[in-house]
Amino acid sequence: MNRIYMDNAATTAVSPAVVEKMLPYFTECYGNASSIHSTGRDARKALEEARRRVAAVLNCSPNEIYFTSGGSESDNWALKGAAFANRKKGKHIITSAVEHHAILHTCEYLEKQGCEITYIPVDADGLVNPADVEAAIRPDTILISIMAANNEIGTIEPIEEIAAIAHAHGVLFHTDAVQAIGAIPVDVQKIGCDMLSLSAHKFHGPKGVGVLYIRKGVRLENFMHGGAQERGRRAATENVPGIVGLAEAITLATENLEEKNARIAALRDQLIDGLTALPYVRLNGHRTKRLPGNCNISVQFIEGEALLLRLDLAGIAASSGSACTSGSLDPSHVLLAIGLPHAIAHGSLRLSLSDTNTQEDVDYVLNTLPGIIETLRSMSPLYQDFMEEQK
Amino acid sequence: MYSEKVMDHFSNPRNVGEIENADGVGTVGNAKCGDIMRMFLKVENGIITDVKFKTFGCGAAIATSSMATEMVKGKTLKEALQLTNAAVAEALDGLPPVKMHCSLLAEEAVKAAVEDYMKKHPDAVI
Ligand code: FES
Repeated sequence: MNRIYMDNAATTAVSPAVVEKMLPYFTECYGNASSIHSTGRDARKALEEARRRVAAVLNCSPNEIYFTSGGSESDNWALKGAAFANRKKGKHIITSAVEHHAILHTCEYLEKQGCEITYIPVDADGLVNPADVEAAIRPDTILISIMAANNEIGTIEPIEEIAAIAHAHGVLFHTDAVQAIGAIPVDVQKIGCDMLSLSAHKFHGPKGVGVLYIRKGVRLENFMHGGAQERGRRAATENVPGIVGLAEAITLATENLEEKNARIAALRDQLIDGLTALPYVRLNGHRTKRLPGNCNISVQFIEGEALLLRLDLAGIAASSGSACTSGSLDPSHVLLAIGLPHAIAHGSLRLSLSDTNTQEDVDYVLNTLPGIIETLRSMSPLYQDFMEEQK
Repeated sequence: MYSEKVMDHFSNPRNVGEIENADGVGTVGNAKCGDIMRMFLKVENGIITDVKFKTFGCGAAIATSSMATEMVKGKTLKEALQLTNAAVAEALDGLPPVKMHCSLLAEEAVKAAVEDYMKKHPDAVI
């Protein structure tokens, strides 16, 4: 059977070019980058070269790049590190209601440690209003963390504006850019952020490796304690193959960004137009301020997990914010934050594209999905009631 | 994460649909996740001669609905009332722990449909 992967917001395939770059660092150049001998020095060279490449993409100095184990660690470090380093200054943090759990659950933890958190609500498209952020700033606010783009509904947040507001008030600004790399231009000078998180596996790099960009001069408490790696700020033997892979992947992902994304966005638009033309299907997230690969819809009267399983049987990999898939039995906090009632949040479907998707993939989905929706609706008591009311 | 039996009943659900002028209809909602199941019964001489269902819910909810209909078809009302969610789950070769609550829906929908029948037929004996 044809297998179509449209869950690229969850993770991506590592591109063959990236794997090829990584391979020598497992078996030939396997040294510990902290060792003094030449095997170690070779690893160190690769590590520093990777750091330079990442810095070139983000437009910062290599000394501002810290390699981590991924987006979640970067988010944890940014928030906990800033909260603990600024205890004397204050205990108030501002974030949004639609952040990734790596931010929200870290905030919940910090609340238990005595921090106070303001969760800025979003509008029906998932946008944070910068004026709301400004109004929430207090004298004891130490940090604002707003994501660059939402992982579920693809909405791109006005982070440049928010960063400017943060700085006007002397507050640090962090952004979780995990979904943004390779999708929109990410230049830390232009954004004006003090910290930025990213993760390699979202842009055809390996899993388990990420970056926290920390602007020079920003004080953060260490998160990982141990050896003196990453200039004494993040302990653990560097994952050299992973870091080399990350550097290659971020370079490839940000080359010809516009051209590549124009093609992906065109495919996405076919999905959005084709699917929202079906009855009782709505688009979630902003129509234009949107990641090029993100299509998130709610299909009324059916439930997301059943939809995902049917799609999987038809060879299509996707994801849903439905309660039944979350393990928590509540639908996604993002869908609730944009104001969807439970029943509609329940029937959500996210199809996320990358440059590995083709026109044939999109055609197949557009041909397959309507039949699946019809089958599930024919089994739905909600649809039956709705149709009877319509009569 | 689902057994083969669950996937079989999910992809080819038995007895899906509705019964016109059913003798008993029960609709129940899952307090935990908001999912909904509806059961239709045809009853003759105290025996369930036909049963159909409609479900808005996850894969486990659909599979347990389907299995429950198979388990009560041809049974007496009394037997149907004795159906437990554990028995339905077992007949499906088990459910993941987080999905056990979905099978409750099936048990409750059968009970609600039988109760509806009893209400409409107060003289019926089980
Ligand atoms: S019925 Fe809702 S999670 Fe299964």
